Amino acid sequence: MEPFLQLKNVSKTFGEVAALRGINFEVGNNEIVGLLGDNGAGKSTMVKILTGYHQPDPGGELYLKGRRIEHLTVAQARDLGIEVVYQERALADQQSLWRNIFMGRELADRWGRLDLKGMRRETGKLMQTLMGFTSTAVSPDSVVKTFSGGERQGVAITRALYFKAELIILDEPTMGLSLSETRKCLDFVAGIRAAGKSAIFIDHNIFHVYPVADRIVVLDRGAVAGQFLKNELTLQELIDRLYLVAQTGSLNGGGGR
Amino acid sequence: MSGEQASPLPRRRGLYRLARKYSLQIGITGVAFFIWVLFLIGSPRTFLRRDIYAAFMSSTPYFALMAIPLTLVIIAGEIDLSFPSVMAFGMTAFDVVFLTTHSVWLGFLACLAAGVLAGWLNGIIVVKIGVPSLVATIGTQFLWRGVVMVVTNGQGLGLTPVRETFLYPLLVGRIGGFFPAQFLWTIAFALVVWFFLNRHRFGAHVYLTGDNLESARLMGVNVHRTKILTFAAVGFAAAFAGFVVSEDVLFFWPTLGEGYMLNTLASVYLGGTSVFGGTGTVFGTFVASFIIGAINAGIVAAGLTGFWTNVIYGLIVVTSVSLQTVVSRRIR
Repeated sequence: MEPFLQLKNVSKTFGEVAALRGINFEVGNNEIVGLLGDNGAGKSTMVKILTGYHQPDPGGELYLKGRRIEHLTVAQARDLGIEVVYQERALADQQSLWRNIFMGRELADRWGRLDLKGMRRETGKLMQTLMGFTSTAVSPDSVVKTFSGGERQGVAITRALYFKAELIILDEPTMGLSLSETRKCLDFVAGIRAAGKSAIFIDHNIFHVYPVADRIVVLDRGAVAGQFLKNELTLQELIDRLYLVAQTGSLNGGGGR
Repeated sequence: MSGEQASPLPRRRGLYRLARKYSLQIGITGVAFFIWVLFLIGSPRTFLRRDIYAAFMSSTPYFALMAIPLTLVIIAGEIDLSFPSVMAFGMTAFDVVFLTTHSVWLGFLACLAAGVLAGWLNGIIVVKIGVPSLVATIGTQFLWRGVVMVVTNGQGLGLTPVRETFLYPLLVGRIGGFFPAQFLWTIAFALVVWFFLNRHRFGAHVYLTGDNLESARLMGVNVHRTKILTFAAVGFAAAFAGFVVSEDVLFFWPTLGEGYMLNTLASVYLGGTSVFGGTGTVFGTFVASFIIGAINAGIVAAGLTGFWTNVIYGLIVVTSVSLQTVVSRRIR
């Protein structure tokens, strides 16, 4: 079966700066890929290529479900089921839960009149299923400002799943979260796999990526320094290798994978 | 910023939840009632007769008509300070078209079109060029006032011919011999803007744009178009209000609009709309406009004149805003 998404020999230069150099990368169906790398390793440039904000340099190829995509646009990426969940930029704090779930994709008739009942009802259902909110203190009209950090990530992930995202890109979802909040957030990431979807989980912190990822890819200075399936390495081995990457630019201490 | 207290209360049901949801509206209604009682005690002879109510139903719409759509701009996280000049700019368009075509109706349409154009231009400058709206609209405020002065050469225009047309009773007549038509227009404006803000996709986007511009944009909300539309709505309302004011006194002064800035802004902020965007209600602005209008009328009725007027006015506004903040925070 074709992988859900594939990058072949993708480079991206901004003027003189090479942000990505000949990247080969793939995400399988129903796979959680952990993407590790230092600041400036090229993680966010890669995300922007996957979401259509940037076009790769000529010569690079992007495949979705085995189909070559020539010029991916933002709208097209979303239509194809690629959705990004940003840590701080995901939710509108002072708005209700239902307004956040349906942000930019409100249920409305052709005149633009909102289907308030429908949106509240759907939000109520999602709270019990995907979000697992059981407290009676929370309703579809609750303002998300009152939610904890983990719950907020859950809302954003739920929103993506509800709108049929096939591949959810999580951009440092655990940044700034407390221990218990991080735990909650990681549960939501595991929920993506349970829902049969794929995810790219970007983080600095290997302790967060390791438990939920199926495969881990390490980027360094714009190139793939190495990748491995989780069951190939223990956490301690991974930590040791990451030190090696910092020194040599490769997971194996030499060139290539 | 509203000092949210993390309350571990397990149950928030029924009345309490309702009160929480409508805390802004309840707060402002409480303030309105408080001020009304204050005036009743202060000057029962004036406030038990209906003349005073007719008077302030006729003058409050002058700025309430603009405060209602201005609420949209402020919820969307922007500000417009150009509307006083746009009032006169619209009337200048009327002036020119009326003097060339001798048609009051064509002049009226030109007035509204000029208002929309001025508002739309504010939006373009803010959104496409990226000038902060505070700066941009201070600029266009001077620009339109300048255009008005150049075109009219500082000369006013008598509007007695308007009195012959149906526009006069339609906009400033006395409905049922008591209700000023402009008061009913203010209610109509409030209902239309309320509908678009709360029951239409456009309003959902206004809230999202003002609350978190970046996430709204990332989620596919057309934040540029949303902002431009809110500015255009204020431009339209300013031209409309300018026409109503001029028609009421049957004269167009090129200085039209001066003195409306603070009443209008105070109505929006007193009504509970956040300076930072993202929250606010049409109901709040509507009630607050009439509080401001009542203060204006009340000060005159209570016989206060001279230097004390501003002191009392300022005190009441500051007290009301504080009260409104405290009341809505308590309920939250």
